[in-house]
This record gives sequence, structure tokens and C-alpha cells, in this order.
Amino acid sequence: MTRALDQYLRTEVKATPFCPGCGHGVLLGLILRAIEGAGLDPRQMLFVSGIGCAAWIPSPNFRADTLHTLHGRALAFATGAKAANPGLKVMVVSGDGDLSSIGGNHLIHAARRGLEMTVVCANNQIYGMTGGQAAPTTPLGAATATTPAGNPFRPFDLCRLVRAAGAAYVARGAVTRPYELMDYIAQGLQRPGFSFIEALSPCPTQAGRRQGLDSPAALYDDLSRRCLARRELAGDAELPPGAWELGSWCGDDN
Amino acid sequence: MPSHLSQPALAPGAHYLSGNEAAAEGALAAGCGFYAGYPITPSSEIMERLAARLPQHGGVFLQMEDEIASLSAVIGAAWAGKKALTATSGPGLSLMQECLGYAAFTETPCVLIDVQRAGPCTGQATKVGAGDIMAAKWGSHGDYQVVALSPWSAQEMFDLTVRAFNWAERLRLPAILLAEEAVGHLRERVDIPQSVDTYQRGYTPGAPPFGHPEPGGVPSMPRFGQGEALMITGSTHDERGFRRTEDPAAHAALVHRLNHKVLARAGELCQTEGHFLEDASLVVLAYGFTARAALKAVKLARRQGVKAGLLRLVTLWPFPEEAVAQALARGARLLVPEMNLGQVAGLARQVVGPGLVRPLSQVDGRHITPATILGALLEMAP
Repeated sequence: MTRALDQYLRTEVKATPFCPGCGHGVLLGLILRAIEGAGLDPRQMLFVSGIGCAAWIPSPNFRADTLHTLHGRALAFATGAKAANPGLKVMVVSGDGDLSSIGGNHLIHAARRGLEMTVVCANNQIYGMTGGQAAPTTPLGAATATTPAGNPFRPFDLCRLVRAAGAAYVARGAVTRPYELMDYIAQGLQRPGFSFIEALSPCPTQAGRRQGLDSPAALYDDLSRRCLARRELAGDAELPPGAWELGSWCGDDN
Repeated sequence: MPSHLSQPALAPGAHYLSGNEAAAEGALAAGCGFYAGYPITPSSEIMERLAARLPQHGGVFLQMEDEIASLSAVIGAAWAGKKALTATSGPGLSLMQECLGYAAFTETPCVLIDVQRAGPCTGQATKVGAGDIMAAKWGSHGDYQVVALSPWSAQEMFDLTVRAFNWAERLRLPAILLAEEAVGHLRERVDIPQSVDTYQRGYTPGAPPFGHPEPGGVPSMPRFGQGEALMITGSTHDERGFRRTEDPAAHAALVHRLNHKVLARAGELCQTEGHFLEDASLVVLAYGFTARAALKAVKLARRQGVKAGLLRLVTLWPFPEEAVAQALARGARLLVPEMNLGQVAGLARQVVGPGLVRPLSQVDGRHITPATILGALLEMAP
């Protein structure tokens, strides 16, 4: 049986590396469909990733040039490759901890520099691969392996951060709203300059089980309830606590 | 060997250049097409000259947000097909260590020029030191190899930068020019040759990018955009690039291959220079700027009847064990002056035993004078 996306996948890689209920498998498919939808061929692209669960979305699954780099450094590697050969179509796929904690400096400078590349940041609000420690995106008060009494610190709003650093296009979507997210990724790919798509992707294994949401279904329902599209928010209304504002912002809005 | 003659960017003939300027010209002559770096004393002149010169010669220059990003960008550019360079000093070398390990493990050709200053830490930023010898080889975790060369003149800042590029490209590894502030800021005559021998990457379409049938063989070096569907990873990988993170044999084979690739060529890699060694009973083992003072001291000692000689190490890594052992084979003793607390003296002791090596360390941010070395030679003289 041949499935539609098989042509873009290394089908010799048999098993998914992701845990049951992880959003990253959904995101993997959405990225490929978005690229196709944007009129591009993933096999002609360069995918750069850092270290962590999300870094394994392209590497080694995509039948394309994949550069699996050091923890946090994906954007710096991608910057060198893109500057050296501007003809390369470059996408960076990595996690929230990788891109915004250890790689936070590279993130704001890549956005400032504005070299054309599309970043998909899979945000599961946790360090998944290392066992569920708090990330800079972990919600205030959330229990994690390193915040057993609840996270005492506020999380980053990654989209606001990257917008402020000068990105040409920024969007936040969720795997629970796949068509929107796919559209954001396709939009980002078609923009000149630096584009950043935050993809909310739940982690049942390392985040959910410590936060009373220990089945994937419960975690997906919870994420669905928290997501509010930008157009659903009235005017300048304050975002309810724990809610996510989904939508896209162009450089001109900043 | 896919080697060919390239014309230097600078007109052939005599030029009056600082060592750092000469290194930048050497990079251009070697075919460097990409530089990424972060400003740091005393190396910044390399970066500044390339900021102006690289774009004139079709190259790409990037100032990055820090040294980690700099070597990261260099590695990305190398896989995009460019000969790529960064330059820094001790604190930057410390930050670049994770990328050095990545470049070694992924067999990425790249060149790093370290213009050493007085460390550790921020130390004395404008003063000379040679304390990075061990950091250049052992600074990143795990077992890996680099090639490191030590220039003693502005001329060698040019020549050895070219050679560092050739080794990096030929062996697919990070090559380091371990310069010192005193050589970087030394301004003297540099003869730019009509042409330099440069190495062009070998690429065989479809060949495994991380394996070779010969034990010490260097794999084909593809680049992005050739339709190879490259899998490059800093995790343990097989010859195609598939991660093999739980396979004991795969890990051992990769680590051994990468080390063997370099050590099997030690004879060709290890370059040294002898002065007055034929009858020497006291041999000064020196490198870099200190070797200039050592040569002067040897000549002065000979005027006083002391049979002194100089063994100058041009290659520091892999360490030229053979040449050091040979110098001692004639029953000589070694004096090792260096601007650190005995980093090369320790290596010499490992080769010839502790009793025959006398370190002469100076870590005050000043270079070692001929008089200091002469004094030590006269003390050692029978």
C-alpha cells in the first residue's frame, strides 16, 4: 500500500520515534502537506533541527537533506547554510526548549537578521526527551520533574518574542486545529524573510501525566478548550488565564 | 589527489602585513568562501579584513551573535559547499568546543584560527599566551582528532592557513591554526607566491558520506542541494548517516575510524624543522613565536661553545612524537620554553620520559626572550 506522503519519507525508517498520543506525528504530516500545498517539494529542501523530540520530526524521516545539529544551535547552522547558498529552501524544525531556552539567543538574532527561512517550533511546554523537566514555555504553576511544587516562573510568549525581534511572519497554531496550522506553515514558506510558526503539540508522556491529564484524549480536549482563534477574541479583550491565542501576524502588524 | 594551483587574491610579491592580515589573505588564497565570527581581541583583524575582502572575491561574510553561532554557521556553510573559516581567541575557543566535537564527529571540513592570548578566562586580552594547546585537542568531550599548526611568522600565518584549509578539506575535519597574539600582531615581510596548492573536495555521487572501504579512507564529501538526501547528525551514525544510538559496534567503529583517519597519516601530518641538531647535546623544543627567540638563543649559546640545537614544531596535533624521539636518540636533553605551564613539555615527557625534559614556563603575558632561553641553556650545559 502506498500512502500519499510516502514519497517524502524514508520508508526504510520503520517505527515512529514518538510516544503514543504525542502531537509530533500529526505535525510531521502537516509539515509535509503544507510544503506540498505551498507548491514546493520537500525533497528539494534542507531541514535543520536541534536536539529533542521535535528535532526527530525531519531527521531522519524526511527524504531530503537533513542536518541534525547540536542542542539549541539549529538556527545558527541554518544561517550558515542559507547564507552560503541562498538558493537553498531552508526549514528549521525543533522544540520549544531547544529554540527558546538553550537556543534563545540564536532565535532572536535569526529573527532580527531576517534571512529567509521557516521555523516550525513544536511547543509541548516541556523537556520531553530528557524526562519531563520544566521548559521556558511551561505554564506558571505546572508540575514537572523539576518543579514538583509547581513552576514558579512565567512562560515565554514565543510569538510575541519573535515578533518583537523582527520576524517577517509569525503564527501560532495547534495540532488540534490541523488545517489552520497547515495553512500557517504554508504561509510562512511563501514569505520572503524569517517566518516562525509555533505549533502547540501535546506531550502526554512527560507533561500530561504530571498535570492530571494522563490520557492523550484528555490532553487533546484540554488543548482544544484553551485555544482561541484571534478572530474569536473580541477587540482588545484580555486572554483568559491558560488560554492560547491562535493566529498569524505579518511584519507590518508589529 | 584532487589538488590544483590557485592564484592568491593578493598580487604576488613582497607585502608588509601583520600576521592576522596574512592569515586572512592565506584563507582567500586557499579558496575560503565563507567566514562567520564574533569579535575578540587579539584576532579581530582577521575578521575585519575578511569583512572587506571576502565579498570582493565572491565569498560570504557573517558576523554572528556569539562564538557558538559562529562555528555553527561555518559548519552549515561547509555542508552548503563552501570552504569555511572562523577566527577567535581563548574565550571563544572555549565556547566553540561543542561545535569542534560536532565537526570532528560529522567529518565537516572547516578551519579555526585561534590567536592565543593570556588565559585562563578573560585573562589579559591584549597580551600573549600559548595556553590553548591542550584545549585545542581535548576541549570537546570524547575521543576525536584535530589537526593543529603553529606559525612562527607573518609568512607562516599565510602559508599555514593555506595548509590548514588543505588538511581540513582533504581529511574532512576541523583544522586549527594555533597562532599567538605576538605572531598575529607582528608586522613583517610576507612573500605572496604566484600560486598556491589547494585541495578541492572529492565527491562521488551516491557514495556513502560517512564511510569508506579503506580503514583510513576519507569519505566522499557531498553538499546540500545535490539530491543526496543527506542525513547529517552528531549522534552516532552509520556510513549513510542513520542514527545508531544503541549499537555498541557502530559507536566503537565510528570513533576508531575517525581517530585512525588522522593518526594513520601522522607521518605526513607532523611537520617539524631542525636547526643545528646534527651535533646538539641540548635541544630546545619550541613552537610558534617562542621558536624565534629559541633560534636566537641557540645561536648565542653556540658562540659560547654550547652545542645547542632547535627542534621547531610546526604541527602540534597530531603531536610529532617521532621527531621528538629522534632528537633525543642522540643522547640530548630537551629544554621546552613555552608561554604556558608546560603543556608541550608534558607531551615531550610522555615520549622520552620525565628525566630528560626541562620545562621553561612563562605565563606573565609577555613573550619569552632569547636571553631567558640562553640563560637556561647555559645552566644546563655540562
